[in-house]
Amino acid sequence: MTGTSRTGRPEVAPSPEAGAPPAIELRGISKAFGKVQANKNISIRVMPGTIHGIIGENGAGKSTLMSILYGFYRADAGEIWIDGTRTDIPDSQAAIRAGIGMVFQHFKLVENFTVLENVVLGAEDGMLLRPSLAKARRILKQLSEEYELNVDPDAKIEDIGVGAQQRVEILKALYRNARILILDEPTGVLTPSEADHLFRILDGLRREGKTIILITHKLREIMEATDTVSVMRRGEMTATVKTSETSPEQLAELMVGRKVLLRVEKSPARPGPVVLEVRDLRVTDEKGVERLKGVSLDVRAGEILGIAGVAGNGQSELLDVLGGIMPATGTVRMNGEEIDLTGRRSDGQTRRAQGICHVPEDRQRRGLIMQFTAWENVAFGYQRDPGYNRGPLMDNDALRRDTEGKMQRFDVRPANCWLEARSFSGGNQQKIVLAREIERNPDLLLVGQPTRGVDIGAIEFIHQQIVNLRDAGKAILLVSVELDEILGLSDRVAVMFDGRIMGERDASATDERELGLLMAGMSGEGSPGPVDGAPGRGPLEQPA
Amino acid sequence: MPRWADVALVPLINLVLAFLVSGLVVLYIGENPIEALVIMIRGAVGSAYGWGYTLFYATNFIFTGLAVAVAFHARLFNIGGEGQAAIGGLGVALVCLAVPWPHWLLALPAAIVGGAVFGAAWAAIPAYLQARRGSHIVITTIMFNFIASALLVYLLVDVLKAPGQMSPETARFPEGATLPNAGVLAAIGLPFRPSTPLNLAFLLAILCCWLVWLLIWRTRLGYQIRAFGHSEPAAVYAGISPFRITMLAMLISGALAGLMAINSVMGEAERLVLDSVQGAGFIGIAVALMGRSHPLGVFLAAILFGILYQGGAELEFEMPAVSREMIVVIQALVILFTGALDNMVRLPVERFYLHRRTGHL
Repeated sequence: MTGTSRTGRPEVAPSPEAGAPPAIELRGISKAFGKVQANKNISIRVMPGTIHGIIGENGAGKSTLMSILYGFYRADAGEIWIDGTRTDIPDSQAAIRAGIGMVFQHFKLVENFTVLENVVLGAEDGMLLRPSLAKARRILKQLSEEYELNVDPDAKIEDIGVGAQQRVEILKALYRNARILILDEPTGVLTPSEADHLFRILDGLRREGKTIILITHKLREIMEATDTVSVMRRGEMTATVKTSETSPEQLAELMVGRKVLLRVEKSPARPGPVVLEVRDLRVTDEKGVERLKGVSLDVRAGEILGIAGVAGNGQSELLDVLGGIMPATGTVRMNGEEIDLTGRRSDGQTRRAQGICHVPEDRQRRGLIMQFTAWENVAFGYQRDPGYNRGPLMDNDALRRDTEGKMQRFDVRPANCWLEARSFSGGNQQKIVLAREIERNPDLLLVGQPTRGVDIGAIEFIHQQIVNLRDAGKAILLVSVELDEILGLSDRVAVMFDGRIMGERDASATDERELGLLMAGMSGEGSPGPVDGAPGRGPLEQPA
Repeated sequence: MPRWADVALVPLINLVLAFLVSGLVVLYIGENPIEALVIMIRGAVGSAYGWGYTLFYATNFIFTGLAVAVAFHARLFNIGGEGQAAIGGLGVALVCLAVPWPHWLLALPAAIVGGAVFGAAWAAIPAYLQARRGSHIVITTIMFNFIASALLVYLLVDVLKAPGQMSPETARFPEGATLPNAGVLAAIGLPFRPSTPLNLAFLLAILCCWLVWLLIWRTRLGYQIRAFGHSEPAAVYAGISPFRITMLAMLISGALAGLMAINSVMGEAERLVLDSVQGAGFIGIAVALMGRSHPLGVFLAAILFGILYQGGAELEFEMPAVSREMIVVIQALVILFTGALDNMVRLPVERFYLHRRTGHL
């Protein structure tokens, strides 16, 4: 995976040697929240007409830095220079005036407004809406043609896909004359081909002289899309390098501060008998939309079945049904015994008793009570465990002893069971959930997005725990939107699209391109071109 | 924000603000606010007699405050304490009148059951509507206050009124169904005069504080109630039934509100009269808010409101310019500042501490 395939693009920004000032220059930016130094004396120069990546673990200070640049926070010290002029950015209005546009990870769009109305919102020219809309329509048309940003201006946001919604966010920024575009984790919700499309757009914008800052934790995107990359760690800027002169391994090391295994080490699976048998599973949500349209799959003992797919194609519902959170129709057998999907015995307690443990996709909403202490969270879902109860009262002492052991074995830091769940980092929160579920030694472990929002250092550990459980002969159903994770961890891969399983592949015999096509709803059999089987080859490298 | 600021500093600032604004009101009608404050405090806590009344009122507020607090832990806003306490009074009265009780020791457990069951039953209907139909509990419990009030008017005027009597109230309870008054507290070393309405129910209220603490922080049900209150999706994930928790939390809440009648109906009036609750159900909301839904906080806040009630009565008596309505205004200001405007003080204090010490984003 090198930068050699980025054909037809200038390797380096065209203008710095011409003496143009940096589009953005931060000098000595520091920002503390109480005792925590979120940004320490950060200096960075972003040249105009380049894509500049900022990479770092969660909590490294990337978001804080960008929030300062966009006027959400004020720096305690330091200067911001835009195009060679010192600029004060007290609020986001000032940032917009300075030509900075921001595309947030969670889009800030009004769902039941049209694309056009969203673009104009907050940038109306006067009291009357009609002239603004007409003008916006004209500009939108022009921008769409220029940058391949095609969206229907009259479609409502709720009716268009996430990829299109993201393009609306970019249009919003361009409509406000942004010359500098900041994108925060832009590919989290996109399919590989949508991500591909996004990077083509960014490439076009760069060629027009726009400056782009790309914040991501995905090393591959950095390698494929950026000209320069800055690495942040613990509030400090540890390095800024030319992308063509670095490697993913080096970047990972810079991020974490030590050598990191980027691939999961695991031996081939030795699948045993079928543990979970799912047949024709169907779910209809409150709005009457069918979310699962007849899903069938098997998971065997001693194997990891990975479910790949873009978020929102039924994977969450599948986990929720199996975890006893959501009723469904169809048949599910656990160790040969049919389980109740709708009735009185269809709840999380019964499922746990049947040997199904569940690491939910959203640990902050589901897996943990953020206001509970670590020890209270260790009982969560197992509050009926006789070991945690003593007569009518809960045995808090036993619970705390158990928690201390779990925190030690799963390397939760800080190892203080009295801390509330919300004061742990994402990775440590996830370790608490994993410790709770894995140490139950379940026959089937449901795992959703095990490393979402988890730092690289912890990812390695979490993956290892999952593989260990597999090697202990347990069945694992893994749902993840990170293709790398699916390919690295799974023994078999099933791809979900629009509530259906589009296909199943052996993890060793497939690659991102094939899975990407399945994820986009194209059946794998008729896919164009031979599968070259080189893992890690991203869609970006295919000729556009 | 450190814990002491959360539990002590913020309520204190709220209180000071309330008294400042109240002082302005008193000033406006041409009286001396300092003097008014002194009269209030002396009237409420300056004598054993004053304390007797203060604690009697506080007992009511402890029960209704605990009722609101328990529901609050399940994120249910029970505004229906007023109605539940009124119907609880009906339960207590029926129990007391049904049998010629030989001794209060027999009558009291039966009356506790009567008050709790009636109060819980009155909370059960809104709870069911919330849990099964999604009807908002705030709306339904408020409506049930009116239904309870109308029901009691009908019962006291047409059904339960003692024969040959003009006022809408039941007959006096038999001798064996009246609670020992403050004299019994004197027996355990608290020098309260029997001439105040303070009675044994005060000890029952303290017992309830402890039981609620045990329930919320030591039992599995309390654990589930808190988990459900913090996050319903998480509770469902953990296999906690929202229906069951909503019902149980509201039943316990209604029962606690119903127990207020042990103090006001059985302990003081010794008969069921119209409007026996006198707004204590609503005061309970302020008490629970100010007490941060913790039994100890509820206890302290209830005593504060007891002081306010008793002190207000004294003030009305000693300062003729301060009318009954003025007292209500002052009490309302305290409720406004400690309850409704709590965040007005809390957020700046929080920001202040965030700025100075802690390190969250």
